[in-house]
Amino acid sequence: MMPIPSPIEADTDSRREFLRNILAGTATATVLMVFGPGAMALSDPTRRTKNKAKHQFAYVININNCIGCGNCVRACNKENNVPASVFRTWVERYVVTDEGVYVESPNGGLKGFEAVNKKLRQNFKKSFTVPKMCNHCEDPPCVQVCPVGATFKTEEGFVLVDHAHCLGCAYCVQACPYAARYIDPIKHVSDKCDWCYHRVKNGKLPACVTVCPNKARLFGDLKDPESEVTKIFKEDQWMVLKPHMHTDPTCFYIGLPREVV
Amino acid sequence: MELPGDALVNFIFPNNAKVWWSVMIVLYPYLTGLMAGAFVVSALSHVFKIKEFKPIANFALIAAFCFGLFAATPLLVHLGQPQRAYEIYVTPHLTSAMSIFGYFYSGYLVLLMIEIWLIYRPYFTRMANQTKGFMGFIWYLLTLGQLEYNPASAKVDQKIIAVLAGIGIPWASVLHGYVGFVFGSVKAVAWWATALQPFIFLSSAIVSGMAVLFLMYTFIRWRQRQAYDFAMVRKYMAFLWGIFILDYALEVIELAFVVYERGYHWSLIEPLLKGPLFDSYAIMQMGILSVTPLLILGYVVLSNISGRMMIHMANFGSLILLLQVLFMRFNVVVGGQLISKSERGFVDFEWEILAKEGILTAIVLFVAPFVTYYIISRFIPIFDDPAAGKEGS
Repeated sequence: MMPIPSPIEADTDSRREFLRNILAGTATATVLMVFGPGAMALSDPTRRTKNKAKHQFAYVININNCIGCGNCVRACNKENNVPASVFRTWVERYVVTDEGVYVESPNGGLKGFEAVNKKLRQNFKKSFTVPKMCNHCEDPPCVQVCPVGATFKTEEGFVLVDHAHCLGCAYCVQACPYAARYIDPIKHVSDKCDWCYHRVKNGKLPACVTVCPNKARLFGDLKDPESEVTKIFKEDQWMVLKPHMHTDPTCFYIGLPREVV
Repeated sequence: MELPGDALVNFIFPNNAKVWWSVMIVLYPYLTGLMAGAFVVSALSHVFKIKEFKPIANFALIAAFCFGLFAATPLLVHLGQPQRAYEIYVTPHLTSAMSIFGYFYSGYLVLLMIEIWLIYRPYFTRMANQTKGFMGFIWYLLTLGQLEYNPASAKVDQKIIAVLAGIGIPWASVLHGYVGFVFGSVKAVAWWATALQPFIFLSSAIVSGMAVLFLMYTFIRWRQRQAYDFAMVRKYMAFLWGIFILDYALEVIELAFVVYERGYHWSLIEPLLKGPLFDSYAIMQMGILSVTPLLILGYVVLSNISGRMMIHMANFGSLILLLQVLFMRFNVVVGGQLISKSERGFVDFEWEILAKEGILTAIVLFVAPFVTYYIISRFIPIFDDPAAGKEGS
């Protein structure tokens, strides 16, 4: 099992670079906040690593590696006792044809997918599978709208729900652009993916990451320069879902086709 | 059915299978609107001195109070954990548009109570002095132990009433604009996210509140075999017609803007309005239920019609307006959720009858304010002048 990386232990050069980045980032952010649109300031990548928390976790989904096996959905359901009608994570299959886009997620992709039917194959252009989950946004609308503060963002990047205080009003469910939230039909409170907070706090990876056979799902600490997510983040080739919502997700996608919503 | 996003099949996100805000959340802004609208009528008399509305000012206030008592009950029924509802008062999360609704709503209800108490204080005092036994004790409690009422106290009371009514107008406006804000600020739901939402909710609230109040008025006059105040009815219809024109204009502008903009919102809304919402929005809300009252009330206001025919037409117009606003609330609250966040499909809305948030509960909660009004009217002479002790209209 892959351990959670230790906090940052940078050498002098990288520390200088880190400080330079912070200064540059802070200056840019300040200028943008004062003179530019607020949304641009939110996209400033350095703000993810400049806070004082020991860790800054992030999640990466590599579409090129996902085979749509549904292992992640099954592991999540088992790990978190997810009720049958709702999903903390799910996998969508896209079949892009000349006539339009065919998307499906039968039972959240829990049992994988059947072969694409003949009719679709005739006009077939491309097909791929896309895992989805809570994006643990930097500027989460669900946290903004919770009337009692029962959902919140930790310094380390988790967006969590305090079940002991949630009213079950579903305002957060409405506010989430990704439909990552639901009202638990048994507990009658809001729920969603929490990156397996209970596991991560004990040095383990989220269940979905652990079972992925093809490294389509990665999880790590942006403050650890050796972590895979940090390297991917630095390469700056990632994309996010619904960027026009300006929620600034911390769930980064690699190879995200334009058809994905 | 035309689907958004170049979709070949109706695809909704797995967590979108259910419409999370259903009939109860349709009823909540509806009842809040009836309260705010009814209050406006009393304020038109108390603050803006529209003399024709003086005989119904107290009636409007009591009706507003009755709707107000139940305005938040649909929310309570909707909550997954209703026993924690008080937490909105003790731990409000101030970034939430919903967080200070509790304070706004309760404060407004208290304002209404104080205003009603001051208006009926002379009556409570008189009854406490005249009645013995248990009821005498109840009347005594309602006087808060103050059994004297003289011209000097009446003068002070009238001043406070005017101030409260004055505060009540912006408060009612903000309260209902606020309800529209709760929806309009949700960027994730394309059909809700418009800055016009608070104004549309506010204007439609006044329309529905005035409409329901008029229906109550004519029903009560008819049951009690009392004469209608035709001058008041004509004036009332002029106000109702005018405010509905404003309301309808805002609704049309909202739609026209999105259509003309041809942007992201319209890409999702167009299939919604041409598909699942076509009947209830295009045909009913914007068509039949709007054009009919515009013509009928227009005729009542502009023609020389009078007598029973005017009452019939005004009643019919008011009833249609009450339905128009109900359809509007449904089309906004439920309609917005019919577009899946997958942007490639529509969610099915299933009507529930006996469920916790079903039609039956909605009917009970909708009827409750009328029952409360009936009970209050058994004890308080709503259409009489509380100070004179005789009929004022």
